[in-house]
Amino acid sequence: MKIYLSQDSAAKALCAEDVAAAIRAEAAARGIAVELVRTGSYGMVWLEPLAEIDRGAGREAFGPLTPEDVPALLDGTLPGLGPVAEIPFFKRQTRLTFARCGVIDPLSLDDYEAHGGLAGLRRALDMSAPEIVAEVTSSGLRGRGGAGFPTGIKWDTVRKAQGDQKYIVCNADEGDSGTFADRMIMEGDPFSLIEGMVIAGLGVGADKGYVYLRSEYPDAIAVMTRAVELARAAGLLGRAVLGCGPSFDIEIRKGAGAYVCGEETSLLNSLEGKRGVVRAKPPLPALEGLFGKPTVVNNVISLATVPVIFERGAAHYASFGIGRSRGTVTLQIAGNVARGGLFETGFGMRLGEVVEEIAGGTASGRPVKAVQVGGPLGAYMPVSQFDTPLGYEEFDGAGGLIGHAGLVVFDDSADMLGMARFAMEFCAVESCGKCTPCRIGAVRGVETLDRIAAGDGAAVALLHDLCATMKDGSLCALGGFTPYPVMSALTHFPQEFGQSREAAE
Amino acid sequence: MPVALPDATEDELRAIIARHADLEGALLPILHELQETYGHIPAASAPLICAALNISKAELHGVISFYHDFRDAPAGRHVLKLCRAEACKAVGADALAEALLRKLGIDWHGTTGDGAVTIEPVYCLGLCACGPAAMLDEQVVGRADAEKLDRLLAGAGA
Repeated sequence: MKIYLSQDSAAKALCAEDVAAAIRAEAAARGIAVELVRTGSYGMVWLEPLAEIDRGAGREAFGPLTPEDVPALLDGTLPGLGPVAEIPFFKRQTRLTFARCGVIDPLSLDDYEAHGGLAGLRRALDMSAPEIVAEVTSSGLRGRGGAGFPTGIKWDTVRKAQGDQKYIVCNADEGDSGTFADRMIMEGDPFSLIEGMVIAGLGVGADKGYVYLRSEYPDAIAVMTRAVELARAAGLLGRAVLGCGPSFDIEIRKGAGAYVCGEETSLLNSLEGKRGVVRAKPPLPALEGLFGKPTVVNNVISLATVPVIFERGAAHYASFGIGRSRGTVTLQIAGNVARGGLFETGFGMRLGEVVEEIAGGTASGRPVKAVQVGGPLGAYMPVSQFDTPLGYEEFDGAGGLIGHAGLVVFDDSADMLGMARFAMEFCAVESCGKCTPCRIGAVRGVETLDRIAAGDGAAVALLHDLCATMKDGSLCALGGFTPYPVMSALTHFPQEFGQSREAAE
Repeated sequence: MPVALPDATEDELRAIIARHADLEGALLPILHELQETYGHIPAASAPLICAALNISKAELHGVISFYHDFRDAPAGRHVLKLCRAEACKAVGADALAEALLRKLGIDWHGTTGDGAVTIEPVYCLGLCACGPAAMLDEQVVGRADAEKLDRLLAGAGA
């Protein structure tokens, strides 16, 4: 009997290790042979720890499991969920980037290859650098870290840049609350990221890659570090990629707890061993990036999506989505939500459909008040905006942003003035200090919101002015986007700021 | 997190620095290993790092003080990080943290009187669909409540 059990951090946080120990102990006590395979997570966090049993007729899912469920699980008397593919939350997805996540042993290259891995790289090895970049451009892939910049155009800039050394830097500093897609893919399918970075190296002529991985993710660091060692041993990385390509190698670097290092230029300074202070642009990192060399800086999900684009073809990837948002978006549904987790789907689904149908509303059972989309720098979208389709331009038009596609759901007990104050407080704690609108504006923002909370209505105009200054005058998205949560909370919930709706608009 | 941290000898410090000094951007890897070994960045390492990397004392101080992870003095024997970010707030993280800090009689970044545990805020552990989230040393905890935290702290000797 084969049992597959998730070892994703979220499963571990919900006691998957106790379940694993119980399975081993019970199997030993019964004297039966159980092969326990640890996998990544399918992303249905409310069902974690989730296990699948294969008794020879395919994998049947069970969850959420406790150690006490294990005897019945082995007896075959525990009520199950059926095949994962038939669970409605899973069935409605289009899994491209996450196709293998949950299915395979993350550290088995054989499993990886058996499920389509390395097919993309083999195809890329037969292409010229301009062809590789053109494939990414025509897939329509845009930066999944938040900015949504076309990945192929960035790669082409680096490809054409002059330099004796070029770098591929993977931004794995996933600090936005409500996001965990990077963590899940690194823990559940690390070779997809490695393969994506190798293809990026081939495309732009870089032979060195860095993964800047936040220290808050010890499990992801362990899996990625091991995956790089295995990839080297198998010849996927090293002096000749897969025995025939040019040289490419990857190092895993650990962050040190600074949120702002998720901003690409501050990340580069941090990698160089400096304070993680934002750099003014230009010069673009594509031309003068790490150690002044031409550098591709891409988010984990952008890079981990590259292999499937080469495996299935750019046209296939681009056939999903709406408008200029092509392919799939890896939604992370979080906060006060009945069915939270990772949901990969073509761009275009409406926000309300995700929150109400897919996620089943709040966990508390109370009405949804707002959803913060795009992390701590994203806008609070009230129920009245639930018709907004998930697309970069569509969200921009609604005064929000998709960001890294995290959705944090709040019920009607949420204190919106408190959340606006927290956005400013967070910005003050995490500001790198280089530009004044962010460094000082955030502190003044907290003070101004405290005045509003104390009943000083005149401070509202000041808050508008301050947010405009931060938005227009900050060097990066930390100071520049903190006004999104603040102003959206004020605009949509003016009564909580002591305002009538007309006054706020 | 080690229970009894060794005192740093100059040879050991030099060995740690030398292990990473040839890397591109060696400073963070050096600081991480120093902190993993000693629980903080020993003051005695500063002149050695500066000499090895050809940077000034001011540059080194600037880096150590910039990052939340690095300490110039040891923390408690265990570090409990409680998530304060939005997704965990949506499921009651504020009340949970306030109650725990009140019970322990310390503030954020504080250490219990017996030195057993330091409580740190963290802004996201990537466990946003099973909050409130916490992490004791490197052990992740989801759907944290007062009872779970009490059990964790009891296990940590606090």
